[in-house]
Amino acid sequence: MPSEPSDLVADHVLEFPGGYTRTTGPVIGRFLTELRERRLVGVRTAQGRVLVPPLEYDPGTGEPVTGEYAEVGPAGTVRTWAWVAEPRPGHPLDRPFAWALIRLDGADTDLVHAVDAGEVKAMRPGLRVRPRWRDARTGHITDIEAFVPEVTMMAAPVRLHYRLRPGQALTRFLEGVRDGRFIGCRCGACGKVYVPYRTSCPECGTPVSEEVELPGTGTVTTFAINNLPDPRAPEVPFVSAYILLDGADTPMIALVGGVPAHEVRQGMRVRAVWVPEEERTLSMTNIKWFAPTGEPDVEL
Amino acid sequence: MREVAVIAFAQTVHTGHDAGLAEPELVGPLINEVRERTGLREFGFTCSGSCDYLAGAPFSFVSALDAIGAWPPISESHVEMDAAWALYEAWVRLQHGDVDTALVYGFGKSSQGDLREIMSVQLDPYYLAPLGLDQVSYAALQAAALGADRAELDAIVRRSRADGRANPCALDLPDPSEEEGPGVHPLRAYDAAPITDGAAAIVLAAGERARELCERPAWITGIAHRIEPHYLGMRDLAASASAADAARAAGVGKGPVDVAELHAQFSHEEIILRRALELPDGTAVNPSGGPLAANPVMATGLIRIGEAASRITEGRAARAVAHAASGPCLQHNLVAVLEG
Repeated sequence: MPSEPSDLVADHVLEFPGGYTRTTGPVIGRFLTELRERRLVGVRTAQGRVLVPPLEYDPGTGEPVTGEYAEVGPAGTVRTWAWVAEPRPGHPLDRPFAWALIRLDGADTDLVHAVDAGEVKAMRPGLRVRPRWRDARTGHITDIEAFVPEVTMMAAPVRLHYRLRPGQALTRFLEGVRDGRFIGCRCGACGKVYVPYRTSCPECGTPVSEEVELPGTGTVTTFAINNLPDPRAPEVPFVSAYILLDGADTPMIALVGGVPAHEVRQGMRVRAVWVPEEERTLSMTNIKWFAPTGEPDVEL
Repeated sequence: MREVAVIAFAQTVHTGHDAGLAEPELVGPLINEVRERTGLREFGFTCSGSCDYLAGAPFSFVSALDAIGAWPPISESHVEMDAAWALYEAWVRLQHGDVDTALVYGFGKSSQGDLREIMSVQLDPYYLAPLGLDQVSYAALQAAALGADRAELDAIVRRSRADGRANPCALDLPDPSEEEGPGVHPLRAYDAAPITDGAAAIVLAAGERARELCERPAWITGIAHRIEPHYLGMRDLAASASAADAARAAGVGKGPVDVAELHAQFSHEEIILRRALELPDGTAVNPSGGPLAANPVMATGLIRIGEAASRITEGRAARAVAHAASGPCLQHNLVAVLEG
């Protein structure tokens, strides 16, 4: 009586050490020889089609191909592709890549190979690609490590250094901020009150002479909830808002805090929260943010 | 042509894991089952289909003969292909006229290795195999060429698995879910047939012998296979010209088709095959669950013929079509028409 199936198991490897030695024949051999020289060739059929990779017989008619070889590529066009998100040990690349049918320029058939495109979004039918050759080539289909997209974009880094001075008006405003005060100005001609302080009226162009101090209270006129971190903001999400200080005709931009972002609204009454006096400098960072006063909302 | 019919079909209760049975142990009970069902002790010809690479051992099919009993010597042959092609060889053998019965069987345990990589060994050794192009990857290239609709693919997998759950021989697979892991885009993991161990056997008989041995033989009124170029870049992957040619040669379109059992190992292959075989909308496709519910490699194609024939012998269909495929991206296709 046979016993029940047991848990006995053995590892078994099927391998031909060093690999089989395969004769290429003249047609495949020509292709692989040219590949070693970083050239891609196809073979012409009696009908004039160029088969890439070359085969001994025309797959359409079964006739032997001609002895005529045509250089193709090296660029080609992706016709069909499939994306490998998780490469396997036997795959040509150890990072995500595409398998593709590539119609090399001058060929009438498609070559199967890998495309190292970086990300799936880079893949599309019609993508132009070129081979990336291995340094050490032996006459093997993997002498092409992979195809890579043609260059259609480049990075253009820019980095310039400046030394900026704030000018008279901003310096005056920052002096006020250092002391925990909002300094604005009134236009002698049109009467508009601006904050921050400026030296001329942006509306009528008149030089400004009258300095005005504004209170630390105001009203939110509009706001944005920011979900991207910013070094100038304490947390994410944070709210940046236009705040119309009481007595001013134009709003200034500042953070709103001390309230959940989704509770911030137009018309909300707010008051400036300053950093402790000993931490203050000639900088806008003196204003930690504006926090709700708890007063009823204002109709805008 | 000599009339030839399927008169018996048996298959294992397939498993998604190695159940601890060696190949001859999978085959043996099936041979006994079809012997009992037909009353035949010996067959005029025996032919099997299997693949040495599944077990990683040369001539592994020889050991399966232990399950048949090959002494005194029998007339036997083997194809290193799905056993549907063993059935084709047996059908041709029966055309000779000197024998009247044939036993066909196929078996495979794809649980023993890594099927995705084993299937790469069938690729041409110069241009494709060295790339490490695995089975799911080349199938995904074909699915991309087809531009298959995701909802249609999902519906095929869902229907196949539901039918499989109703088939006592197929695997019990849940509705498809993305949690089954990544595939190769555009295919998802569940678009591929499951790893399966199993076997199947069919008995063919010719003419009067078939009528003696079976109440309602499933007559093979047409059978043909066609192949196309191997290299994937030399053919239109979005269609299967060879399946269409085989279907025409087998006469699929000469009558209504109640049932079609298609050897689609990936969901998109069903779409390609329905078009190639020009199946009418009313045809029930893979009511057994098909390969997406059980894929004992090297028996899966033979099972398509067995399932289609069963519907004839059980009187549930008048005309059925069976299909088997071989090679990468449906390179080689066999189509049979079965009638009551």
